[in-house]
Amino acid sequence: MTGGSTTGDDGAKAPSSGPQEPRAAWPLWEVFVRSSRGLSHVHAGSLHAPDAQMAVRNARDLYTRRNEGVSLWVVPATSIVTSDPDSKDQFFESPQGKDYRHATYYTKSEGVKHL
Amino acid sequence: MTTTAIDAGSRVDEDTAGEQLFNELIAQDSRIEPRDWMPADYRKALTRQISQHAHSEIIGMQPEANWITRAPSLKRKAVLMAKVQDEAGHGLYLYSAAETLGTPRDKMTEDLIAGKARYSSIFNYPVRTWADIGAIGWLVDGAAICNQVPLCRASYGPYGRAMVRVCKEESFHQRQGFEILLELANGTPEQRAMAQDAVNRWYAPSLMMFGPPDEDSPNSQKSMEWKIKRFSNDELRSRFVGMMVEQVKVLGLELPDKEIRYNDETGRWEHGPLDWNEFKEVLAGRGPCNAQRMERRREAHEDGAWVREAAAAYAEKQALKYAQAA
Amino acid sequence: MSEANASATRITPGNALRPEDIALLETKPADAVAQYALGLGDDALILAQRLGWWISRAPELEEDVALGNIALDQIGHARSFLTYAGRAWDKTEDDLAYFRREPEFRSVHLVEQPNGDFARTIARQFVVALYQWELYSRLVDSSDPTLAAIAAKAVKEVDYHRDHSIQWILRLAQGTDESRRRMIAGLKLTWPYVEELFTDHPLIDELGDVAARPSSLRPSFDEAVKLVLDEAELELPDVPGAIGGGRQGLHSEHLGYILAELQVLAREYPGASW
Repeated sequence: MTGGSTTGDDGAKAPSSGPQEPRAAWPLWEVFVRSSRGLSHVHAGSLHAPDAQMAVRNARDLYTRRNEGVSLWVVPATSIVTSDPDSKDQFFESPQGKDYRHATYYTKSEGVKHL
Repeated sequence: MTTTAIDAGSRVDEDTAGEQLFNELIAQDSRIEPRDWMPADYRKALTRQISQHAHSEIIGMQPEANWITRAPSLKRKAVLMAKVQDEAGHGLYLYSAAETLGTPRDKMTEDLIAGKARYSSIFNYPVRTWADIGAIGWLVDGAAICNQVPLCRASYGPYGRAMVRVCKEESFHQRQGFEILLELANGTPEQRAMAQDAVNRWYAPSLMMFGPPDEDSPNSQKSMEWKIKRFSNDELRSRFVGMMVEQVKVLGLELPDKEIRYNDETGRWEHGPLDWNEFKEVLAGRGPCNAQRMERRREAHEDGAWVREAAAAYAEKQALKYAQAA
Repeated sequence: MSEANASATRITPGNALRPEDIALLETKPADAVAQYALGLGDDALILAQRLGWWISRAPELEEDVALGNIALDQIGHARSFLTYAGRAWDKTEDDLAYFRREPEFRSVHLVEQPNGDFARTIARQFVVALYQWELYSRLVDSSDPTLAAIAAKAVKEVDYHRDHSIQWILRLAQGTDESRRRMIAGLKLTWPYVEELFTDHPLIDELGDVAARPSSLRPSFDEAVKLVLDEAELELPDVPGAIGGGRQGLHSEHLGYILAELQVLAREYPGASW
């Protein structure tokens, strides 16, 4: 299994939630903050909110109290698909040994300017 | 992971491989991330520690929040509000780290209000005067920071990251406490007495925040092997005493401990005896404010239930509306 | 707005004005201007005092943080207005907050109202935020540069308070039967105190372009309220307005208790610095 919903960080399993009575517990959202223009949104943490509109507001209140951000993303934790840590080798071993993808591989041209 | 009866054999292999990787990562001082294999005891110990830490932040809001409406200047009122609000934030960062281990926040909250979970027993002492707000910031937050800085390198990734954020924000908490005491110490004789009295009362409990002496702390060893904890209780306590000895001079106040001395041989600061019986009593629920703190937390949670339900119901109705419109 | 007046201060566009900056101002406001600032400052102060109670008691931890932010904004506005008002009488923000008696306060009855349950607090927030937004939007153009600068910072913050309360009005009104019942009750308890916000008091006539005339803010306030209540499928509460008088120092019975708590420590140790 290479995917599946996750909660928390890059996290643990979400409790399955089918249609049910409205529960008092709010779902989990992952929060991404862009700290300034020109930079990517970076994962900051998570929070609970009843819906997307409240989630983005709660994120503003919780994760940008000290001018930490200029833009926010919130994503339902259950919508994040992660790679399977057990298939780590098949996923992430391949680039190892392909040193020729890095500039440092090419040593003969060392010292040539603007290259 | 889908595990069926047929998989049972390969599952055992997976666990062995997982354990090997886990041990390697710990040995390399790398980090464990949420979906990695981890020993059940590691998960359990972390869940317990992080959730207790989160509960402490949340219960810890109360003693200080009690003084928000009475803060003696508007600046102090704003600072105190910001500090108590930060504590809610820190509780949230920590709950979210604990949730990555598989326990929903709901469950942790239930355990707390059912009296099944612990929080730092320091918050079961009453905040008697305004100077206590200063002493809490200086001593209690000071001890907390001492404890927390090494936790930024805890082997569990989400915990370490939460602690980095917490430590960054808490540096102002200790300073504002120190400044409250400094202002009082330089104020009228009454104010000065108030400051000394607060330091007298909060000194020993803040030292006990580091936990029992090493020889009585059976969990510590395992926690250090797992690199959750980096230093022993006594080590951190000694380090804290050394810092306070210097800082109290700037305040022009005294620590209520005549036995503080630097031991050249061990390279550690030593302090007078602490009343561990009292510590155990307070931990067991017999502190002056245990019942009050729990009651208030329970009340807030129960009084808020209809609001949380309303928002959840609204979200469901809206989702249905969009689904039908689509 | 005269640029000259702003020279020695941080009152320039883009700078967040802090009370500490206002304390350094060389200009002293005229008595009427100071009285006006006092009223706005007292509203914000008493509201912050009420909201501060929620921190550690909110329905969910995320809401502790949200209400905390709103309370902090309000205390910030209070400090700015009171510091400016105090310039007229050589008093500090704390002299004014801690050492005035009840009849010397100029807050409106609305902000003195109890928190009640979360719905009642939201109803109060809704009215205050919409009112303050209309008010500060106009004060940005005040002929008094300091008031204009305070309003310029405050209006952005109050815009967020407005949004916060509207989000909750919608959710509580259309969430469960219980929340709807509570929301309706909260609005009903709050509405008598709306009228006072828009009543022109004698001071306004002395102020000209410095102030925003309360009655002139009413139409757009009503319009904004209607939009939200319509969306929430709520009706405007049909209750008579209460006689106010806060701006003249005639207060609700609640204020005495609020001040007792607010001022107790400062008055216990007169002459102390904190």
